[in-house]
Amino acid sequence: MTAPDFEDLLRALTPQVLGTLVRRYGRFEGCEDAVQEAVLAATVQWPSEGMPDNPHGWLVTVAARRLIDQLRRDRARRERESATAAEVVPPEVPDTDDTLVLLFLCCHPTLTAASRTALTLRAVGGLTTAEIARAFLVPEATMAARISRAKQRIRAAGSSFALPDGAEREERLRVVLHVLYLIFNEGYTATSGPELHRPDLAREAIRLTRTVHAQLPGDDEVTGLLALMLLTHARREARTTPAGDLVPLDEQDRKTWDRALIDEGVALVEAALAGPTLGPYQLQAAIAATHADAATAEETNWPQVHALYLILERIAPNPMVTLNRAIALAETDGPAAGLALLSALDGDGRMAGHHRLLSVRAHLLEKAGDPAGAHEHYRRAAKATASLAERRYLEARASRTRQAPGS
Amino acid sequence: MKFLISLHINPAVMDALTDEEKAAIGHGHGEFIEALKASGELITTQALADPAQAAVVTVRNGQPVVTDGPFLEAKEYLGGFYLIDCEDKERAIALAALIPDTAIEGLGVEVRQVMFADGHLEA
Repeated sequence: MTAPDFEDLLRALTPQVLGTLVRRYGRFEGCEDAVQEAVLAATVQWPSEGMPDNPHGWLVTVAARRLIDQLRRDRARRERESATAAEVVPPEVPDTDDTLVLLFLCCHPTLTAASRTALTLRAVGGLTTAEIARAFLVPEATMAARISRAKQRIRAAGSSFALPDGAEREERLRVVLHVLYLIFNEGYTATSGPELHRPDLAREAIRLTRTVHAQLPGDDEVTGLLALMLLTHARREARTTPAGDLVPLDEQDRKTWDRALIDEGVALVEAALAGPTLGPYQLQAAIAATHADAATAEETNWPQVHALYLILERIAPNPMVTLNRAIALAETDGPAAGLALLSALDGDGRMAGHHRLLSVRAHLLEKAGDPAGAHEHYRRAAKATASLAERRYLEARASRTRQAPGS
Repeated sequence: MKFLISLHINPAVMDALTDEEKAAIGHGHGEFIEALKASGELITTQALADPAQAAVVTVRNGQPVVTDGPFLEAKEYLGGFYLIDCEDKERAIALAALIPDTAIEGLGVEVRQVMFADGHLEA
């Protein structure tokens, strides 16, 4: 087995081993630390000593030993009996996949989004704290404290190791999907060069979403989210130049789009849309599929894109959706119609001075034949963004629309 | 999201504080650092030496020229900073409000989002 194979196997085993341990001993917090230590031990031992015959059993044994050692130390420190923890006879537990239960726990409502993503990547994704820290460009100590605080909060909330029921389950699943979506997006917001060896968070999010999809194949939104990720990921190579500059959708080299991912994404979104429930991820995936379907930017089915944004706007009203609909409307009905729709957003406090509103207005003014207005808005948008790549792109657009003096 | 919270100091304001007030500021920063460390939001914090020690470097015709600083001719100077990683700008502002300097007229606490990061973070 090569090193990446080891890593893939370890990551797949992590939530299973953690689930087994929590079912036996309770104490999510302590079990999670013990599993992390066992995984670290495996990454050191397996490549040199060979893989054990039963990797899952090996990890459970090593992690349980660590956990019991820790419990003993805790007890000794509290000056109590030292032997009882080790004598706990673990109850027999059915062999179940606890990945979903763990995801629900890591995406606990009392946690911040940043803590949910970190804990999910560690407890379910099997990444080490150091890897997660690198992925988010923070020191390892910062990430360790964040994960530790998150686990304390979960313990304080008295959460049980079981899937929530009914409406709560539905609501919590939406949070889980949002966390997976955030992890995926983080993979696309690299603020620095690839030489930092950031773990591939987009790939990791896809892997985790595949796991959820395998457990809940009938949930249309889970299917929709997986489709959205695959269709977005398919354009990965095309969306930046080798120098890291952004390439907008209409200028991307569509031959570099990953057809296998597109085919899989399209099949998933079709299956989801045929299902009983419609949701925002399915609609966004359907929009991505419509773009994927066009061999050139000119062949884009803009009426369909616009119609999908219109439905999305109705079921999940959000100024960002309206903003995107304005781009589609400008393609079907002309830039003036798009600009008119944008003016409806000017009164929205969430959008005032937002760089996306400024850049879309700049884009539509450019199409409407107003280079001076476009230039002004590209410049303002460049100042408003916090993304370096986006700022470079907007500044380049601003230069392009600048009129020569006296012209 | 990463934010830089910069602390702008006015020496005249600092000199006018009583020893108790100065000690309270120091204590407040200590508590703030511990809270940020525990929550996993602190990347790093540094305090800078006095601006009287600053050197301003320019290169003219390929030759470096060094003059005494500070570069900015202002009453306030950059005294130090916190580099934090937190949920959103709202949280960054809520955290900045915990810094004792914010309660003192003439001291400036400024929050700005980070756009680019590189280098060794453990430094």
